[in-house]
Amino acid sequence: MLSFIIRRMAVAIPTLLVLVVASFYLMQFAPGGPFTSERPLPQQVLDNIEAKYGLDQPTWKQLLDYVGGIVTQFDFGPSYKYKDRTVNDIIAQGFPVTLTYGTISFVLAILVGGALGIAAAIRQNSWLDYFAVGITIGAQVLPNFVMAPILILVFSLWLGWLPGGGWNGGQWDHVIMPVIALSTSYMASIARLTRSSMLEVLRSNFIRTARAKGLPDRTIIWRHALKPTLLPVVSYLGPAFVGMVTGSFIIDTIFSTGGVGYFYVNAAFNRDYAVMMGLTILLGSMTILFNMVVDILYAWIDPKIRL
Amino acid sequence: MKITMRAALLASAVAFASPALAAGTGPNGEPLADDQTFTYRVLDEHSSVDPQIVEDVSGSEIVRDLFEGLYNQDADGNLVPGVALSHELSEDRMTYTFKLRPEAKWSDGTPVTAGDFVYGWQRLADPETASPYQWFVSVMNLKNAEAITAGEMGVEELGVKAIDDHTLEVTLESPMTYFPLTTTHASTFPSPKWVIDEHGADWTKPENIVVNGAYILTEHVPQERSVRERNEMYWDNEGTIIDKVTALVINDENVALTRYLAGELDRTEVPAGQYPSLKEQYPDQALSFPRLCNYYFNFNLSDMGPEATQDVRVRQALSLAVNRDIIVENVLQGGQFPAYTFTPAATANFEVPEIEYANWTQAERDARAKELLAEAGYGPDNPLELTYLYNTSEAHKKIAIAVSQMWKQTLGVNVTLENQEWKTFLETRGNHDFEIARGAWCGDYNEASTFLDLVQTESGYNDAAYSNAEVDQLLKEAKAMDDPQPNYTRVEEILSEEMPVIPIYHYAGVYMMVPEISGSWPVQNVEQNWYSKDLYKVAE
Repeated sequence: MLSFIIRRMAVAIPTLLVLVVASFYLMQFAPGGPFTSERPLPQQVLDNIEAKYGLDQPTWKQLLDYVGGIVTQFDFGPSYKYKDRTVNDIIAQGFPVTLTYGTISFVLAILVGGALGIAAAIRQNSWLDYFAVGITIGAQVLPNFVMAPILILVFSLWLGWLPGGGWNGGQWDHVIMPVIALSTSYMASIARLTRSSMLEVLRSNFIRTARAKGLPDRTIIWRHALKPTLLPVVSYLGPAFVGMVTGSFIIDTIFSTGGVGYFYVNAAFNRDYAVMMGLTILLGSMTILFNMVVDILYAWIDPKIRL
Repeated sequence: MKITMRAALLASAVAFASPALAAGTGPNGEPLADDQTFTYRVLDEHSSVDPQIVEDVSGSEIVRDLFEGLYNQDADGNLVPGVALSHELSEDRMTYTFKLRPEAKWSDGTPVTAGDFVYGWQRLADPETASPYQWFVSVMNLKNAEAITAGEMGVEELGVKAIDDHTLEVTLESPMTYFPLTTTHASTFPSPKWVIDEHGADWTKPENIVVNGAYILTEHVPQERSVRERNEMYWDNEGTIIDKVTALVINDENVALTRYLAGELDRTEVPAGQYPSLKEQYPDQALSFPRLCNYYFNFNLSDMGPEATQDVRVRQALSLAVNRDIIVENVLQGGQFPAYTFTPAATANFEVPEIEYANWTQAERDARAKELLAEAGYGPDNPLELTYLYNTSEAHKKIAIAVSQMWKQTLGVNVTLENQEWKTFLETRGNHDFEIARGAWCGDYNEASTFLDLVQTESGYNDAAYSNAEVDQLLKEAKAMDDPQPNYTRVEEILSEEMPVIPIYHYAGVYMMVPEISGSWPVQNVEQNWYSKDLYKVAE
């Protein structure tokens, strides 16, 4: 198991490096720059600003300095747009926000989605199944950029129960709507995955054997069917977790939560190179890390994979 | 002879008006509400609250509360004393001597001195600071500004000097009548050198910041909110009413409107097209008033532009065929103004010149447009084909569609609409790689030159690549004139004859605002330079 983990880590580091180099060069291809503005700056002023941020250097030199800064001082550079803050500041402030609402959404999505999926599979073609499938399809076709404003309209304007946005240090009433808006589509996916996977497992030979032995339903489901059911779900959970904890542009935009999801997309529009790179690295490392975690879980669930 | 300016007179007027407010009543004796907090929506996170670094509108609004420059603006946009009480102009009209308020203090108790202004202005000009508004020292026409921004001369050579702690002397490159107007700009506010030296780039964080304005920054959660509260050390703290101002970042304007209606905000922008229905539903909350901005189409007169629009008759025809009334009344619907001149009518001391076609009916304009286009050799057999470029946005798209339909129906011109993401658009337009492109401008100060300077040959924002020696000369002369109106009139006339750009409309500020605060809102200030210290909420 240990050598398996070490092997996976050895692949992760070069992957991250390729990601950094590729995004750094791709980013520079986009027309315009961080200081392109409505009123074009006089060349002299632009030169002064670019010199200050080292943008007058050749791209390979900028890349080396950038990676150097991260490796030696863990410094991800300044924001060219929000000049009072560094990329470290932005991540330190925004990541805990998305991590909070993302983790809650993740747990909620697994619990509710998993339960719905299992219940639907066990009682296939019953009213419970139709109900679960109905809800999940509904949740999947209602995109969160539609759902979020509706939530605000209902819970803030009509009912007056919840604040319409903001984060307020993660106070519970500010977290509810972002969590609902973020988790529903994931919940639906998990429910559908679990249901179809469970149905397949329930039809397999070893379950029939278990039934033939006269084991009670409860034991069959929990001891024998659950683990194989989880395999396809687990492979979905890795990327889903990363997607949720690194935030969502829609959630951050509509609920003004101040998470990194908004900064990431906005940095691309602003050509805020260092912010874009910093968040790419954050997202990239999280993706690599959790894909690795999924692989390890897989190996634990299904020993065949370790071979 | 020394000329004492209007500001000195105003100083005494204000001294009578503002202090000694009876408890619970406003400046005009209105009963005040118990809750004196003001919460408003901003579209995006501010760029900075450092006066010499800030470059966006919402950041400047905060900076105007946190710092105080030489002069402020009153509700009508006129200059009123800030840190400066008055100024005198030397006989050669090159040197301004400002008398500073001795009681002004920084929030740490240090007196505000002329040296703080000298430091702030030098810092603005310094290439090391790399301010995006570094060029403003050239707009102010300060002595040696150009050489210093180019790094050829030290900042100490800049035309600003502290005679003593409360006397500031400013020397210009050449006489410039509207110089005092530039001193309300955020980039000209003083900076606390000792704080910047101690904390470096972190000096604007709430825990470090030292300010000389009516409010101090107490909380800042990026992309969520920033809060400013009363600065007890401010010289007119007694006369200040609003206790706490909160700016909430809400990117989506429809969500902002919902939150306004839910009572979470005191002010928000009205989304395009919703003003008439909101006005009907909330007549005392929906406001529309003139703003100092214009919206226009650039022709490309550079070598890269299409041959057709090099012909002035084609440009005239395209301009005449735009029905501005439909644009403002049916497309925008927010109280905007049809534009026939480049400079908005709302600009201070600017008299809108008689532009011939402005007084015609649309039918007359259309008829003339057809004639002109036919003369230029375009018609059903040889239709004119053009591309119109704008940056991606619903509002711009609506205007683009409306205008292209007008051109198609009246003139048979085939227009291809092309939109690009903002930075790509700026790059394309800046490189003159377009046929017709959208343009818009908001004045940096309330004087016609802030607009007309854009059509100078050398202007960095002259995307039309328009060049007319007479225009350049008239605008150059206007800088030193006591009454530059004749020159501005002539420039506008030339523009309407040569039509390098098509003026479409002049802006209106369209807001939802709670009635408690709207009474003190400076709706007459077309620059919308508002100061929280002048606002108050009345009791319902």
